[in-house]
Amino acid sequence: MKLVDERTYTLNGINVHTIPTNKFKTNTIVLKVKAPLSEEDVTVRAILPYVLQNATESHPQPSQFRAYLDELYGASLAVDLSKKGEDHIISIRLEIANEKFLKDSTPLLEKGIELLSEVLLKPVTEGNGFKSATVDKEKRALKQRIQSVYDDKMRYASQRLIEEMCAAEPYRLSANGEKEKVDAITSESLYSYYQNMLKTNDIHLYFVGDIKEEEVDEYVKKYFVLPDQDNKVTSSITQPNKEMKEPNEVIERQDIKQGKLNIGYRTNVTFKDDLYYALQVFNGIFGGFSHSKLFINVREKESLAYYAASRVESHKGLLLVMSGIDFSNYEKAVTIINQQIEAMKQGEYTEGEISQTKAVIKNQILETIDTARGLIEVLYNNEVSEADKPIEAFLEGVENVTKEEIQEVAQMIELDTTYFLTGKEA
Amino acid sequence: MEKIEFKQLEENLYHETLDNGLEVYLLPKSGFHKTYATFTTKYGSIDNKFVPLGEDNYVSVPDGIAHFLEHKLFEKEHGDVFQDFSKQGASANAFTSFTRTAYLFSSTSNVEKNLETLMDFVQAPYFTEKTVEKEKGIIGQEITMYEDNADWRAYFGLIESMFHTHPVKIDIAGTIDSISKITKDLLYTCYETFYHPSNMLLFVVGPMDTSEMMQFIKDNQAKKTFKEKEEIKRQFDEEPTSVNEKKKVLKMNVHTSKCMVGIKESNPTKQGPELLKHELTVNILLDLLFGKSSDHYQKLYDDGLIDETFAYDYTGENGFGFAMLGGDTAEPDKLAERVQKILLQFDPNSIEEQELERIKKKKIGSFLRALNSPEFIANQFTRYAFNNMDLFEVTPQLEKITLEDLKAVAKDFIKEEAFTTCQVVPK
Repeated sequence: MKLVDERTYTLNGINVHTIPTNKFKTNTIVLKVKAPLSEEDVTVRAILPYVLQNATESHPQPSQFRAYLDELYGASLAVDLSKKGEDHIISIRLEIANEKFLKDSTPLLEKGIELLSEVLLKPVTEGNGFKSATVDKEKRALKQRIQSVYDDKMRYASQRLIEEMCAAEPYRLSANGEKEKVDAITSESLYSYYQNMLKTNDIHLYFVGDIKEEEVDEYVKKYFVLPDQDNKVTSSITQPNKEMKEPNEVIERQDIKQGKLNIGYRTNVTFKDDLYYALQVFNGIFGGFSHSKLFINVREKESLAYYAASRVESHKGLLLVMSGIDFSNYEKAVTIINQQIEAMKQGEYTEGEISQTKAVIKNQILETIDTARGLIEVLYNNEVSEADKPIEAFLEGVENVTKEEIQEVAQMIELDTTYFLTGKEA
Repeated sequence: MEKIEFKQLEENLYHETLDNGLEVYLLPKSGFHKTYATFTTKYGSIDNKFVPLGEDNYVSVPDGIAHFLEHKLFEKEHGDVFQDFSKQGASANAFTSFTRTAYLFSSTSNVEKNLETLMDFVQAPYFTEKTVEKEKGIIGQEITMYEDNADWRAYFGLIESMFHTHPVKIDIAGTIDSISKITKDLLYTCYETFYHPSNMLLFVVGPMDTSEMMQFIKDNQAKKTFKEKEEIKRQFDEEPTSVNEKKKVLKMNVHTSKCMVGIKESNPTKQGPELLKHELTVNILLDLLFGKSSDHYQKLYDDGLIDETFAYDYTGENGFGFAMLGGDTAEPDKLAERVQKILLQFDPNSIEEQELERIKKKKIGSFLRALNSPEFIANQFTRYAFNNMDLFEVTPQLEKITLEDLKAVAKDFIKEEAFTTCQVVPK
């Protein structure tokens, strides 16, 4: 059975994806703009979507712009930045009600597409730049956004692990940019970055909902007219694997109540590899779920933690473990976690555990595609890694993973960095 | 089985009250892979003084026991129920709020088997002294985790500032000290009292044959015996209408301050359609005043007093209610002052019909968006039902709200004596 009916084509330099489905009450449009993650551009790129979502030429005041979204039955517009491997991705999402569920039958889809195109293509300008009052306001907000990571100790510890682990790779950069670089941004420099982005970046536009493809085509043609594309940047160069030295241990102290233990491993397997499915099953047995080794051994058997889990950074090939523990349990927790990795390398898992894990992963994927946003993320993974893993093939790939393949992946996994955020005393 | 049609929304809801008192609701969703089911008891962190089933006198139980019980129900003589779910390809979870404890799973296969596991594990408690002791370590870490979480501290700090005696002010997980007093016998006492089917609601949403599903649930319940249903007697101390303290400042290891402003509901006795209308009206009012399209929001943002973390919300239950507004800020005192001033200077006569209509449109669209989520439907439907309200009345009720309603609510709800603030500031 075909799970997702996706049609892809290129129009005006944009890769358009339509996925018609009648299971939602809204239509979702997501714009993805990709460029390599770089020290030079990370901060200016991080502020851009926030400036764009303030206003457009036809709704030049932020309150007018927001009031217009309200008028479109509370259409929701949101922007964010993320990293996928060594790529830096801007996402702009618009979700808008399907009028067939409203008493009022104003057609909303065209208005939504028009508005999203204006956000991308018709910003409010002043002189040779964006409106400087807007840029200033967003610079302040960006600094606060970057700084807020420090206040969320779980996020802080995850970010610190990556900084330490990938110190020599662009991946160390946070998708929100660097605080010290914010002040140097001007409305002119940002505008010139923006113009260049439209000409050179890889742009995808997704439509999910009860949509007619001809209609979508017509609106995209009408509203998404991009400047001429030149020097298109292709996908970023995948960094060669870092030469493994002795594993690194980093201990940092802060005035906190609970220690955060984050451990990073190199898996040497990424989304586009054949062994990727085996890596997913490996992660599921090791720490991805509540039946996994980490949960059972760190939490259930030893009561050391409330959470102890792992996840895979698919495009970068990292395996990341996170747990919250008492300061005094550091050695004990590290030992137990490394024992679980060792057990994985030794093949200490049963056919029962393997099939249980496959069932849960399959469930997770099917659940993800029950949301428009999740579905788009799943499909976009293929674009980012230039892989061809449609959802059906993905499910089959997971199903076919053998015990030997899991062990093969386990053998490739190398401990890189152990990071511990601990208390001031001791 | 009763069928309730919502034509405009293209949804049909099926309902039956079983012989043992359990309320069952089914909402078929075609096109979805996932089935999501919640099995919820009307028992939360505030229910700490009650008459145990079959007894005559009130008892007080340790803080955090409803949440502790939630954790412990997953453990059985044969092991962990999480394992059973994952073997059946499902993911399971649970949560405890002020007024409810919900157990849930979602799965894309073996739905009946998972539903059976859900009903059976919740209806077969197994507590031993040993497992109770072990859980204290895990929950102890959960409590410690929240102590480092500045948003949680600001949220709970604000509630503590609002209430003098009402147990809503007690942290849902309790404290390391209070949970140390929990025993297996106390857990059984709470379980017997609050987990009677007549105090519970089962909601299943997903692709299904509703008649088969209902029959499956009825057969499962018919196999079990329960004590005669009794009315549950809960006791709450008299709560003054005033706030407990006007301002609280917590010093934490953070870089950015947080400031929350609370407004305490003075007469939180509304239930049913009256509560539905009230909470929708308060939410519209907050949107008009502080929504992203409001002048106030823009001004606060332009002045650097708020950022995208700024949010507002209203909570209304039987016995307590409050609104809260705030987020990260560089100047907590100034933000508190400005927010309170906006509220106090608000003139209900200044609202224009078209502004109200715009906010209503926004709310109707947001509600449609929420209906994409099986989780939202099941969880919210249950909360509404426990307050004798109907989730599917939201849109019709929204459409009926008038300027006069807004004026009445503004007058009744916005009072200076009901304000309090809680700030988290860097050490």
